[in-house]
Amino acid sequence: MSARRLAPPYGLLLDRSTQVDFTFEGQAVSGLAGDTIASALAAQDIWLLSRSFKYHRPRGVLSLSGDDANTFVQLPDEPNVLADTYKIQDGLAVSGQHYSGSLRSDAAQRISAFSRFLPVGFYYHAFHKPRGIWDFWEKRIRARAGLGAVNQNVRGKYYDKAYACTDVAVIGAGAAGVSAAVAAAKAGRDVTLIERQPILGGSLNHARLQVKSTYGVDLARELAEELTAAEHRIAILADALCTGLFADNLLSVMRDNRLIKLRAEQVILATGAIEQPAVFENNDLPGVMMASAAQRLLWLYAVRPGRDAVILTANADGYGAALDLAEAGVTIRGIVELRDEPTVEPLMQEAVSRRMPVLRGYAIRRAFANEGGHHLAGIELVSVAGQDRPQRDTLRISCDLICMSVGWAPAASLAAQAGAEIAYNDAQASFDIRGLPDRVQAVGALTHRWTPEAATAQGRHAGLRAAGQAGEPPPGAAADAQPVNHPFPYFPGDSGKAFVDFDEDLTPEDIENSVAEGFDHVELVKRYSTVGMGPSQGRQSAANTVRLLSRVTGRSLNGSRGWTNRPPAYPEKVGQLAGRGFEPVRQSPMHDRHLQANAEMMAAGAWLRPAFYGPDRDTAIEREVSVVRGNAGLIDVSTLGGIELRGPDAAAFLERVYTGRFETLKPGRSRYALMCDMTGTIQDDGMACRFAADHFYVTATTGNSDEVHRAMLWWNAQWGMDVDITNVTGAYAAVNIAGPQSRSILAPVCDGLDLSAEGFPYMAVRNGAIAGIPSRILRVGFVGELGYEIHAPAALGEALWDALLEAGRRYRMRPFGVETQRMLRLEKGHIIIGQDTDGLTHPHEAGMGWALGRGKPFFLGQKAIEIRMRRPLARKLVGFAMRPQTATLPEECNLVIRGDEIVGRVTSIFRSQTLGKPIGLAYVAPDQAALGTSLTIKDSSGGFVEATVTATPFFDPQNRRQSL
Amino acid sequence: MKILHCPLNGPRNIQEFAYGGEVAPLPAADASDGVWAGYVFLDENAAGVVREWWLHVASGYWFIAERDTTTDTVLRTYPPSGLSDADKRRDPR
Repeated sequence: MSARRLAPPYGLLLDRSTQVDFTFEGQAVSGLAGDTIASALAAQDIWLLSRSFKYHRPRGVLSLSGDDANTFVQLPDEPNVLADTYKIQDGLAVSGQHYSGSLRSDAAQRISAFSRFLPVGFYYHAFHKPRGIWDFWEKRIRARAGLGAVNQNVRGKYYDKAYACTDVAVIGAGAAGVSAAVAAAKAGRDVTLIERQPILGGSLNHARLQVKSTYGVDLARELAEELTAAEHRIAILADALCTGLFADNLLSVMRDNRLIKLRAEQVILATGAIEQPAVFENNDLPGVMMASAAQRLLWLYAVRPGRDAVILTANADGYGAALDLAEAGVTIRGIVELRDEPTVEPLMQEAVSRRMPVLRGYAIRRAFANEGGHHLAGIELVSVAGQDRPQRDTLRISCDLICMSVGWAPAASLAAQAGAEIAYNDAQASFDIRGLPDRVQAVGALTHRWTPEAATAQGRHAGLRAAGQAGEPPPGAAADAQPVNHPFPYFPGDSGKAFVDFDEDLTPEDIENSVAEGFDHVELVKRYSTVGMGPSQGRQSAANTVRLLSRVTGRSLNGSRGWTNRPPAYPEKVGQLAGRGFEPVRQSPMHDRHLQANAEMMAAGAWLRPAFYGPDRDTAIEREVSVVRGNAGLIDVSTLGGIELRGPDAAAFLERVYTGRFETLKPGRSRYALMCDMTGTIQDDGMACRFAADHFYVTATTGNSDEVHRAMLWWNAQWGMDVDITNVTGAYAAVNIAGPQSRSILAPVCDGLDLSAEGFPYMAVRNGAIAGIPSRILRVGFVGELGYEIHAPAALGEALWDALLEAGRRYRMRPFGVETQRMLRLEKGHIIIGQDTDGLTHPHEAGMGWALGRGKPFFLGQKAIEIRMRRPLARKLVGFAMRPQTATLPEECNLVIRGDEIVGRVTSIFRSQTLGKPIGLAYVAPDQAALGTSLTIKDSSGGFVEATVTATPFFDPQNRRQSL
Repeated sequence: MKILHCPLNGPRNIQEFAYGGEVAPLPAADASDGVWAGYVFLDENAAGVVREWWLHVASGYWFIAERDTTTDTVLRTYPPSGLSDADKRRDPR
């Protein structure tokens, strides 16, 4: 084990019994189970983790809480991994990011020397003219900047989603959050407690709150015991990151490869505060970190963060950090106290009594790097007594660690997403959360409660309030009056770089330039300078930017809002959002039979259907067409919609929703049913079968049956007619047996039903049994042959299919697919809704005026059709044929051209096997609808082909075959 | 994702519902072309409280929601039987 590791009680997250071996920049490194990449490297004295985005400056640990982007590292399969939160695993190969050459000696770091040419707005000014110059530079600039590299050969990983509900969701398991969770649970509510860390306690685990060093950990243990007592009501989601708070308290929680969508009656935000940096020259050097980061290294990972430390402080926390570090064996070279007259607190008194050197009224003006330039080696101090006149008397101190403790900003992203206003408050030198909606509360450091006593009191009250049991807030729950933030922690020197925003490498000059260019509002500064737009979303830069903006513009920003927070609060992976990538498809009851018969399956609406059977499309379709026209074929039509209407008003209802007449339809008969919408546009068609006076069974097209059912329910919600409307699509398997031999095939398996032309004529419907399977039998003619549609219970679909194929064997019957059916129906001139019609087609355009019932008082779209028919027809759907020798056929949607005008388009086209020539349907100008008119079609290759308007049906115009 | 209170099924995620347009009575059969065109193509789209049709898809249940479009809050939901006869135009004849 590393010499740097401290003995327990340090290292709360470590499992010291398990060593984990990984590599960093190709070099073997050992850590312990529980280590993050950053903590394991720190234990080996490796502090340089990555390079910065723009200037390729060396960067290391800043917050150690996953709140900054300084520790972005590259994994083989994943860029931009936060080294300070990503747990190491055996064999993990980690490297730095944004460098050319090596991490330790980056060729592009020279760019810093030219940085006076790279101020904010540089791109806007420099690459504007001449035209095209940006195209040249963009490639070069992108090669330098940008985040990590994406491995495009990476294989997908498993991700999924979970859905959960809770009475009270508490986000953050620090003193306030745990207290709230326990209080709500004791009051009888189910609670979900969400915590980023693997352990509960929040800052109690690493902050020095009292002179007694175990005060925080003891308190955390007490809270954990209370939690255990209420355990049966509290679900703990540790190691989980809440990234969003959406309408009606829907929370997105990321945990490993799972997105949990958690719905909460009540939300309590206890997300804490994020420590803020001071701005001085080279404040980004590895070795310069938040005091809380140094304390996290100590307490969570048992790593001594340095040997010689300087504390830069403006509050009591800095003295706490000094005590912690000293007790862990770090030499305190100085406590740089920014306040002229600090309030005397116990932690400060203790530090003084231990003879720690306190330098009051000084600030760090500059940090120096060591010889290699990778790590902090010392600082230069400047007196800030009477801050407007910084004096020249400087003081140099050697150190390898600076702990910044100049204040905190609330982790307010989720609060802002909930709709609260995040406004700057001069008195606290921080942001306030105002106007949270009902059912969302904020507690703890998020609301300036800095002592665990105030946080627990407030948390307890919020928990009771969420349970509907709260009275007045107890006096101990009030916010601390004493501000912990320095109002303006800016001490930049006259040369070199001081950073306001580490993600984007932005300096105070960049913010000043924005204002000088006229972008002087918080939102404008953000957009012009890109401050706060990096991966850490301004968590360390928002407060300092507002302060600087106020200073530069001379305006008070008290009460003004920071920039808008949007989800996600922390980066999310596309995989987490995508989940398992469900693409549900419906399969007919005979699906397996089709696969066994070597069917090529195609998508049809939500369904999979056989397109044709056999490997080769053309020969398969040819064979299937011959068999249907010659003997008989069998097609699975289970995907057709089936809607059952029962009740005394069933016929009257159908009269209203379909264009035709159904009151006059006799039981045992069926009729074509065409549905329009209120604009008179064709929506759907099917067969309406009347089995009894008060019982209809209506079919609908495969892709549209849900919509048809929905529309029927909607209209009847208004009309209140006495009819039950049920979508029974999935309840029935259905086949169509079609061809001249179909009657002969059915006869032996169709028990006790008269199949003769007189006994069961065209368009009749019967209840019966096929091979003992109870069935509804419809005589139909979609493909223009003698044919029967058989609808049977879905569970018996396979049995029906098998029985019919067996019965058809001696007639050489074969199954046929959707593609074959499309050709067959085209030969009959039957349209397919949605293919031969579009979003404007009304019945007269499609030549279906015959389907409109005359003298009906009302049907859907009747009025609109009447209005549209008062205008000249814009187009007409006609049949056309082409010369048999036409070599290349036009395709669907190819245009019909007259002169230099587009007059229509092809909607269906096939080379008809039966007729020996190409046939199709097309929209043409109304004056071209006369039979024999010559049409010009522009095909996909740009050539023109001739076609002739032809009567439909193309095949068997007298319809003799289907009415046999 | 919002929660919508279905009068039949109680509070459910909004993704279980489909929007069905504003409540608008069917015009009389002899209404002018303009009135019919307005019914078919125009919505009031008021800034304020509107009455809308919503469908709970899984159960096929249509109902009415009163929604304040300025705050995007649903004030109440109720079954279509709560509509007045004038809103429903029971008999299109």
